[in-house]
This record gives sequence, structure tokens and C-alpha cells, in this order.
Amino acid sequence: MSEFAGKDRIAARSVGRSEVGAGHALFGLALLAYPAVASDFFLTQIGGLSLIEGMIALSLMTLAGYGGMVSLAQLSVAGIAGYVVAILGHNDTGVQGYDWPWAVTVPLAILAAAATSALIGWISARTSGIYTIMITLAIATAVFYFAQQNYVIFNGHSGFAGIPAPVFFGEDWRAPVPFYYLCLFAAAASYAGVLYVRRSTFGLTVQGMRDNERRMRALGFSVILHKVFAWFLSGIVAGIAGVLLVWFHGRISPSSIDVAASLNILVMAVIGGLRHPIGPFVGALVVVLLQTFASDLVGAERFNTLIGLTFLIIVYISDDGILGLWRQFAPRFDHADRSAG
Amino acid sequence: MSERAVLPKMLEAGAFALELSGVSRRFGALAALSNVTLRIAVGERRAVLGSNGAGKTTLFNVVTGDFMATAGRIRFFGEDITALPAHERTRLGLRRTYQISLLFSRLTVVDNVYLACRGVSRRRLSLLRPRPSGPVMEQAFSILQAVRLDDVANVEVALLSHGQKRQLEIGMALAGAPRFILFDEPAAGLSPAEREDLVAVLNALPRHIGYIIIEHDLDVALRVASFVSMMHNGAVFKEGAPEEIESDPEVQQIYLGGAHA
Repeated sequence: MSEFAGKDRIAARSVGRSEVGAGHALFGLALLAYPAVASDFFLTQIGGLSLIEGMIALSLMTLAGYGGMVSLAQLSVAGIAGYVVAILGHNDTGVQGYDWPWAVTVPLAILAAAATSALIGWISARTSGIYTIMITLAIATAVFYFAQQNYVIFNGHSGFAGIPAPVFFGEDWRAPVPFYYLCLFAAAASYAGVLYVRRSTFGLTVQGMRDNERRMRALGFSVILHKVFAWFLSGIVAGIAGVLLVWFHGRISPSSIDVAASLNILVMAVIGGLRHPIGPFVGALVVVLLQTFASDLVGAERFNTLIGLTFLIIVYISDDGILGLWRQFAPRFDHADRSAG
Repeated sequence: MSERAVLPKMLEAGAFALELSGVSRRFGALAALSNVTLRIAVGERRAVLGSNGAGKTTLFNVVTGDFMATAGRIRFFGEDITALPAHERTRLGLRRTYQISLLFSRLTVVDNVYLACRGVSRRRLSLLRPRPSGPVMEQAFSILQAVRLDDVANVEVALLSHGQKRQLEIGMALAGAPRFILFDEPAAGLSPAEREDLVAVLNALPRHIGYIIIEHDLDVALRVASFVSMMHNGAVFKEGAPEEIESDPEVQQIYLGGAHA
């Protein structure tokens, strides 16, 4: 008897239990209906940008939350995708710009980002904890200075401007409503992908490495291979976000990927929460709102102080960002998500 | 199946599952193991006794390949594994449990065993979720039943009791097709009732799986092993049937102290 009970429970777990429940449906509908009530400004500068930066933070969260590897280089990875789009596609700067169609540049950009991420993963695979943070910070810094000082490929300090979003299906995909839906689609796909893969065989091996790397090795897993693959997958998410980000700004320069901006991605992931893939998006929304409106509240000089204070308060009162607070006030959510890891 | 068919033949031929001849391990000037010769027949269950520092865990580390032997030869089912790296010994069917549990604390019990089963099979990088009815998940579940953890299959390991963690440790050693298992103090820290469970689990293992068990609790050790090797100062000092060892005056002197006198 207990055999059947146990198997049923495993079966229930594998199809996702309450993973995609009523909460997801309501939230999804609200996001789909958002353009009906939002102005163009709120649609792109707040909605679109939060979704894009949320994806970059998601790329960090998957590595940190499931793999125990905190990367400060995920914005650099997104930046690689942005630069590939600017260099191989169209730009108005007059440097590079091969005018390749977006159907070619976008896959190449995402692939380049994922490959770069895998390379960073390979370099940092033997490190752990604070040393992974330091080595990825060093890589982010190196990428920034390389882009700033190299004029042949990256056009140095000024970078590239006048990078258009594509026009297809009769839509200009940089127009507010289409762009918002494009970002929403990409973010939802990344989110769903992470939600699924975390319980896949590979997802479990990544969490196994986080909990006990030595035992994983003893069980016959190649820890390096699994780490590099995790970085590759995370790089795909960052790469997609990088493409959207360069379409959003229409430009890319070293200041888009400087160390302060890289740290902001970490701030978003930590403010939101590292234990569930919705966390990075929540954190991104909070940071984008603060960045947009803090200067109105406290003046342009002090908006970073407000972001810093918010960060301090959330970290001080919660063990896992805003998601941690949410769990304290909604225990059922906590229960449904305990085994998520 | 094939293993079981081969087993009687190997027993007839007097084959050994594990054969150590003159094995030593030195750490600088310290001889943690010196000239250990040990022969364990296929399917045999052996207890290794000895006081702290007698070299019992070092013996395990040398057999698994966590440490390399500095002298001597080790054969596993007739094959010389002296120079083989640890993960290849695992693939030959050698397993061990650890004195201190090394588990995946934030994963569920069934996922821990699943990873142990997956480690010795293919498709380790699959982005698909494991099928509940697939062979690997089936094996994971039958292991959970064998170690009596099927009721807590979906509980996070961090929430298990100490005794349950020890049982899980044994379950993970049963993954794949183990031929020989090294149990490093599996009863450490267990309650009397949990010790009874452990004895039952060990005695219920398929007969073709032999093992060595390091155990301080003679009550446990002598009920799950048919033969006893006594270690002292890095060497095997006496071997015999459990009753002989238990009543041996020299053994009592060294190991049992006054407690059983």
C-alpha cells in the first residue's frame, strides 16, 4: 500500500504540483492587461525595463540560488549580446555595422553571450564562495575596460548608437505596446524555463553541487562539466536580455556594463529573493522604480542613498529579500515552494 | 541477474571480492596502515573492530581510492585496482558510506537517492524532468523501501532526524549495481530502536552484496557480520569468528577495556 502512496506522491511532484497554480494565472493576466491601463512611459521605462533587467538578475539568481555560484559578470554577458547586435546589425555610428538581418544577428548574439558565460564558468569553476564573486568581478571589470579602450571592435568610450529594433509582422517592435509584449514574452519564457529545469535531472545535479560538491564527485558526476553547462544556460537568459536592452536604449557603450551597473544586478536579485525565479523580477521592479522616481523624492544627488537604504532595510528584516517577507505573511506559498530549493 | 548466476561459481572457485596484500599507507613518518593483508570472499560480511586511530577509516580510504596505497596490492573481484582512481572504482561496483553524512541537505530524500542512481548511469545532463515511472526513479524508490525511508520520500533532507540521515547514507550506497560496500560506523549516534532497524536493513541486503562494516557497537557488529578482523596500530592484529573475538583475552584487553570484563 505504502508503495503506491509513495509513487503517487512522486508522480504528483513531477507534474509540478501547485507550481503553476491560480496565482500564476492571475499574475499572468494582470501582466497581459497592463498595457490597457499604463501610459507609454510606464509601459517601457518601468514595465519593459524591469522585465529586461529582471532577466539579467534571473540569470544571476539561477547560478547563485541553485548552483551556489554568485556571478557579478552576468551584465557583461548581456553586454556581449548587445555589442554583437550593434556590430553585426545596423548602427548609426559609422563604425562596424554590417547590416546583417536580425534573424541572423539575434541568434548569434545569444550564442556569443552563452559561450562567454560558459567560458567565465569554466574559469571560475574551481573557486567557490567569495572567490567566485571576486573572479567574476575581475572579469566584469576587464570586459568594461577592454570595451572602453578598444576602438577597432567596440568603438571605445562612445560605443554604438542608433541601433534599431526590428520591424516584422507589420509591427515596429520598439513601439511601446509591441516592445512591452516582446519583453513580457521573453521574460515569461525564461521564467518558465527556469521553473521547469530546476527539477530536471540537470537542475537537480546543479543543486546537488551547491549542497555537496565532494559527494557529487564521489557519485560519478563531472562537476566541471555540470558547472560550465549551468553557466551556458544562464548565459542564454542574459543574452536574450542583452538583445532587448540594446533595442530598448538604441545604444550601447562601456557605461552600460560598468561595475556599478553590474552590482545593481546583484542588488536586484538580493532585494527580490534568491530562492524562487520570480524574485529577480520583483527586485528589478523595485530598483527600476527607485531609480526612476528617487530623484524626484530626495533629489538627483541622493537617489543612490535611497536605493542603498532600501537594500539595507530589506536585507536586515528578511532572510530572502521581498520573497522572504512574502513567505512570512503567506505561509501557504512557503509550503508550496519548500522543495524548490 | 547475470551477477547472481555467476555468484555460485565464484564461491566454488574460492574467489575473493576484496583482496589486500601487504597494503601500507604512510603519511610522512606516520604509518597509518602497515602491511595489511585481508581476504574477503564474494558475498562475505566482515566487521572491522579497533580502537580510535587503529587505521580503520584509513583502510576504507585506501580501498576506495580516496588515498592511494604507498605499498602493496588491492584486488577487487580479481581485478588489480591499486592504481585506479576513486570514481572508476565506484563504477566497478565499490561503494562506501561516510562516518559523517555527506548529503544534499536542501533536496528531497528521493532526489538524493535519484542523484546517486543517476551518477552511475547515462543522461546526466538531461534538461528533462525524471519520469516517475522511469527505471532510474523506480530504482530510487525501491532503495527507499529497502532503507525504510519511503514515507519521507518528499521531505527535504535538512528536516530528517539523525537516524534517518544515516539510513539515507546507506540508501545512496545501494544505488547502481553495488557489489561490495564499505560501511563506516553506520550506527554512530543512533538510538537503540534505530540500531535494530539498521541491523534489519543490513541483514536484508541481497546475499551477493558483501561488505565491511566498521562498528564500535559490538551488539550491532557481531549480528551483521560472520567474521571479524581486529585492527590495532594500523595492522590487522587478530581475525576470527565473532564468538572467538569476543572472548579473546587480548582483544578484551585492548579494545573492550573493563566494560565487558
